[in-house]
Formats: sequence, C-alpha cells, structure tokens
Amino acid sequence: MNMTMPIQTPQRAFAVGAPILELDSISLRFGGVKALTNISFNVLEHEIRAIIGPNGAGKSSMLNVINGVYVPQEGSIRFQGERLAAMTPTRAARMGIARTFQNIALFRGMSVLDNIMAGRTLHMHANFLEVAFRLPRARREETEAREKAEEIIEFLEIEHIRKTPVARLPYGLKKRVELGRALAAEPRILLLDEPMAGMNVEEKQDMCRFIIDVNDHYGTTIVLIEHDMGVVMDLSDRVVVLDYGKKIGDGTPAEVRANQDVINAYLGVAH
Amino acid sequence: MEDFRFFIEVLVGGLLSGLMYSLVALGFVLIYKASGVFNFAQGSMVFLAVLSFVGFMELGLPFWAALPVTIGMMVLVGMATERLVLRPLVGQSDTTLLMATIGLAFIIEGVAQIAWGVDVRRLDLGIHDEPIMWLADNFEILISQLDIAAGIVAGLMVVALALLFSRTKVGRGLRAVADDPAAALSIGIPLSHIWMLVWATAGVVALVAGMLWGARSGVQFALVLVALKALPVLIIGGFTSVPGVIVAGLIVGATEKVAEVYIGPYFGGGIEGWAPYMLAVLFLLVRPEGLFGEKIIRRV
Repeated sequence: MNMTMPIQTPQRAFAVGAPILELDSISLRFGGVKALTNISFNVLEHEIRAIIGPNGAGKSSMLNVINGVYVPQEGSIRFQGERLAAMTPTRAARMGIARTFQNIALFRGMSVLDNIMAGRTLHMHANFLEVAFRLPRARREETEAREKAEEIIEFLEIEHIRKTPVARLPYGLKKRVELGRALAAEPRILLLDEPMAGMNVEEKQDMCRFIIDVNDHYGTTIVLIEHDMGVVMDLSDRVVVLDYGKKIGDGTPAEVRANQDVINAYLGVAH
Repeated sequence: MEDFRFFIEVLVGGLLSGLMYSLVALGFVLIYKASGVFNFAQGSMVFLAVLSFVGFMELGLPFWAALPVTIGMMVLVGMATERLVLRPLVGQSDTTLLMATIGLAFIIEGVAQIAWGVDVRRLDLGIHDEPIMWLADNFEILISQLDIAAGIVAGLMVVALALLFSRTKVGRGLRAVADDPAAALSIGIPLSHIWMLVWATAGVVALVAGMLWGARSGVQFALVLVALKALPVLIIGGFTSVPGVIVAGLIVGATEKVAEVYIGPYFGGGIEGWAPYMLAVLFLLVRPEGLFGEKIIRRV
C-alpha cells in the first residue's frame, strides 16, 4: 500500500535527544521456543521508533519485555541510563511507560470518560478513606483528572462519545480511546502494539495523524509495532526489523528499505 | 380503611426488611464485581462479624469501643482472605474459586464458634422492636422502630457505596480490575490493593448487616442463612449492580411479606420462605441477567 501521509516537518517541537531506553542482548525463551535472541537496540527521547517484522517475528514479545509482562532470561534494560533488574507492568507504569494492546483491552463496561480517567490512576494519590469521605485532596485530584481527561478527549476528537460505554463503539474508535487512556498517564514512553491493525485506510490515516500529533504536542517518545510497511516508513524516525526473533535490520526507513535481509524476510527468497 | 392500613403495614414492613436483604446482597456484589467470585462465605462473615461484636462487648468493651475493634478485625479477615485464599488461586476457574469460598465459609463458621461459643445472644442496639407511637396514634399504622432504623441504616450504606463505586477513582479501579486485569496493571492499578479493599469493605458490610439482623432475631448460627435470602435479590437485581441490589431487595422484601399475608392462607401459610425464590426463577426465565445486570452477549 502506498499512502501519502503528511511526512513530519523537519522543524519539530521536541528535538530527538539522548537514548531514553536501551535494550542490551535481550533473549527470551518459552520452554524450548526462542521468542527473542540476543536483541539490542535503543530508543531516543522524543523519537518515533518502530518495530516491524513478519508474523511471529517476536514484535509483541519485545513490547511485553519492555513493559515487564515477560522477564527475559538474558540481557538488560536501561531506562534513562539506569539499569532495571526486574520489570513488572506496575513498575513500568510508575516509571512512565504506558501501552496499548494488540487486541483492544479497554474496560468494556465503562464509559469513554471513565476509561480515560482510569488512566490517571498513577497521578492520584488520595487513599481509600480520603476518597470515601471526599476530603479536599481526593476532590482536587478528581477535578484534575477530569480536566486532563477532557483535554485528551478534545485532542483525540472524541467529544461526541464521551459518555458512551466503550463496548458499543466501533473498532477504530475503541483503538483511539485506548490511546487516550494511555495518554492520560502522561507517559514518557508510549508503547503501541499494532495501533493500526484491522483498520481501513481512513482510520489508519486518522491514527497516523494522532500518533504524530501526540509526539509533536506532548513530546512523548513512541515505540510502535506495525506490520504495514507503508505506514511505518512514513511515520517513524527509525525502524528495528525482527525476523524469527532475531534483529535483521535497524536504521532510518530508507536504510531499512534498502536492506537485503529485510527485503528477503518480507518478500521471501528463492531457494 | 382498616384493610388498607393493614396492607400498608405489611408492605412497609416488607420493604424495610428488603433493605436489610439488600445490605447482605451488597457484600456479594462488591466481591463479584471486583473479582468475579461468588463468595459463598458472605453469610459466615455476617455471623462472625456480629458474634465477635457481641463477644467483645461481653469482654467488657463498651458499644463504641467494640465497634471499631470489630471493624478492624473484619478488615483484617478480609485482607487475609485475599492474601491466603484468593491470591494463590489467581487464574483458576470460577468453579475452583467458588469451592474455595465454600471451604472458607466452613472455616469461618468453625473459628467463630470455637472463639465465642455457640450460645444464642441478645444484641441491644438501644432501639426496640416496638411500634412508633406517633404513627400508631395518628394513622393507626403499626411500624416497628427497629425496622425503620435498620431500613434507614441499610439504605444509607447501600447508597453511599453505590456512589463510591460509581463516582470515584476507587470505583473506577474496581470496575477496571473486573473488566481487564492486564490492562488495569498496565495503567498502574494495583490488583492486590483493590482486592484487599473490596474484601475489607465486604467485611464491614457484613458487620452492619449482622448487627441489624442480630438485633432483630438474636445473634445465632441461623444468621448464616440470611445469606440465602440474598440469592433471589442478586438474581433479580443482577450480580454486578449496586443500584440493582436496592431495587431487588425492596421487591423481594415486599413480595415475601405481601405474599405471605394475602396468598399464604391458600397454601396453609409459610410461603414467605420460598416466594422470593419463585420470583427469582421467573426472572431467570425472562431476564437472566437481572434488572440491572450487564447483558450477557455471546458471539457466535
């Protein structure tokens, strides 16, 4: 597919900076299955970094390692230069790593607004008793959370579905709400697991625009997984290519596109 | 006119005892909402809570000291249950969890009786099961003070918890955990805290329910059976709805009393015990998710 996207202007609000996340020699096995083998790459602050590869290449596993869902058998992760021993999803969230899921994981019974406000959890410190008795701090935090949620709702252009239970929304909007919930945490790094999977062209264009806007407006570092090459090439600053759990390419979209291993992996090789 | 006054008495009495069923059912809903577990031990928690309360008073604590001590104890019991019973079983099937709570019920009942003995005790809340004189004098309607007080306490408690769980971050956390634990973790909602909180709250709800029922019918083992009356309330109101619990409690309370008085004689009386279950069966046939429950949608 050849999509003509508004490619990022060279003048960006947040210039790409030093490495914020460094993955060194990560290996992950499930029993005898090698999901990831000796993978190293880094993510620079404020950049949009893509992880691509054919099905089963280990992209989601990679994201789950960064997010602490899986603990790799070998290798280390550094976040802002600090080596992390054991990552858990809760720790990742506390450090400012937010994520979306490949198969939308929204709170189905809750409204769009409540889903996004739930994303503020880590910014709300009032304890149970303060909340139960509506003490000043709990009230103030609730108001702040509401304001932030409204800001995000406006940013993502979903004002009209604010009070709708998410279970009723069409697929594309659910993905957008999930992005909103992740943004509500004001993350340093945003992990997007196939944000455009299953979308039609129009929805994909919208999502691309929002990803670029998030990066541009909040300066959020973005790591995204995608298998649609066209989308990735237009969107990302740099791309890591995985195949069968190994890294076969790393560089700017142009470099990756010219890489013979990558072409082989995507198009196959004559045997 | 005489008939109408009598009907009002029966109806109001039924509605008020219905609120007390709501309170017991609320304990079930809290835990079911957060962890999808039908907590068979809720009735035992009611029994343990009020028995301990009376026990502490027998040890010489005044009412206002025994209350916080018992609340503290129920919070600890709730937290221990989360830590020792539920957490090791995370990810097991619903049936496994249900069986675990049945086991828990026996343990709690046993421990309560070993600790405090098996005698039936009286609980005096300072409000007596006598008609309110003002109503009796002016309208010739006899309504028990205790019923009114219990109904008000139960109603307030249910409304307060309904607001807490629909309007605050605690409520959002609870619903989030119930809907998708993995996503809840990813936004930093600590699962174990939410579960502990819910079990502790269920423990406190059990104490209030136990005190109201204990004041009315004595603190005794039979309180465990009150939980069975919560079942039709849950089926009619929906397992996941706090407002549903109020409405269904009122329906069940009113139905059983009115049915007993007006339909009972045709069956030789005693239909109070099973009329609510008949109603629940009707609901299961017509609206299995309950009045306010989440619609059960199955994709084919």
